[in-house]
Amino acid sequence: MLTALATGIKVVGHRTVNAVWRMGSATRFMGLVLLRSGLSFRRLRLTIDELHFAGVLSLIIIIVSGLFVGLVLGLQGYETLKRYGSAEAVGTLVALALVRELGPVVAALLFASRAGSAMTAELGIMKSTEQLSAMEMMAVDPFARVISPMFWGGFFSMPLLAAIFSVMGIFGGYLITVVVIGVDSGAFWSQMQSNVDLRGDIVNGVIKSVVFGAAVTSIALFEGYDAPPTAEGVSHAVTRTVVTSALAVLALDFVLTAFMFTGV
Amino acid sequence: MQRTTVDLWVGIFVVTGVAALFMLALKVGNASSVSVSDGYKVIAEFDNIGGLKVRAPVKSAGVVVGRVDGIQLDTRTFRANVALRIDKHYPFPKDSSASILTAGLLGEQYVGMDGGADEQNLKDGDRIKITQSAIVLEKVIGQFLYGKAAETGTAKQQ
Repeated sequence: MLTALATGIKVVGHRTVNAVWRMGSATRFMGLVLLRSGLSFRRLRLTIDELHFAGVLSLIIIIVSGLFVGLVLGLQGYETLKRYGSAEAVGTLVALALVRELGPVVAALLFASRAGSAMTAELGIMKSTEQLSAMEMMAVDPFARVISPMFWGGFFSMPLLAAIFSVMGIFGGYLITVVVIGVDSGAFWSQMQSNVDLRGDIVNGVIKSVVFGAAVTSIALFEGYDAPPTAEGVSHAVTRTVVTSALAVLALDFVLTAFMFTGV
Repeated sequence: MQRTTVDLWVGIFVVTGVAALFMLALKVGNASSVSVSDGYKVIAEFDNIGGLKVRAPVKSAGVVVGRVDGIQLDTRTFRANVALRIDKHYPFPKDSSASILTAGLLGEQYVGMDGGADEQNLKDGDRIKITQSAIVLEKVIGQFLYGKAAETGTAKQQ
């Protein structure tokens, strides 16, 4: 009984200390990535390749899911608003929901599973096949040559992806409510324009997507760099990337929303 | 510098993303409407502002001429001081009146301005003297019921 209790406490303590330890090394890791990112801008080709990988290759999934999210929002919003005789407000509903919340959050979740997992796997396998050590042997800094460009590629592509997601969603909402159901097109756009604020809604949404991009990319890179150099270790790291990024995005979203959209 | 197809795709991606941002700003948001950062500020005192919020529009004849800048309670008079920032292209006479109106039955509340006839125009920091408060639905219903009760009361007496 007592020994069981003692082991329980030991396990909890070990996990806690381990988590704090990892947090510390993650911070140091991100510091190194930022400090040695000079090369990613001097040799822009490295960053452009990562932009292609993280941004361009994620375009299809972002466009398709944005469209479908907009279609569903339009349909559901119309069904509910119709009961109160204000079906024209569906444009406002779709635009506000997408620009404030769904655009940044869903784009970040998709980005984490599409690009983040791939970043982790790439770094983890580079580490387990000792490519990173080989680079160090040749006096090539893996942080400057590999990791920083990945970070900046993800950092710059995320806000653009979120904006594309929101625009596709609004287009989807327009398609279902105006083209299919027959809500008045002028009312749809004018209600949207009079209720969506440039600074209050759109700029805050962009800030959110920038924060999410930085969070997801740093989690993905750290998990990859920190992965045990085995096949199992890399697969666990990829899983952890997706789970941790999703949780981090949702938690950060709550914090940012509490800062941005209250007190008005 | 060597040009590759990757560059083309990244270019397309960046252009689409920036275009999406611009579209959000111009087509979805209200950047193209009045920006009232450079305007003059006047204070209107109301007995009751109902559900008026900061950044609500100020309209005159249906045209948006400004926004509500701030709302404070004056603890000496217990009236609400509503700061209105009005675009400098729209000068209003000194005896203009402000009232709190509702767009539609359940819509948002906004401040309606009616121009007066004074020779001088409102300046920064001026106060609007003539105001009409928001209509609080409970009070209206209460008055209506009171009136009805009084009516039936007198009808019975006759």
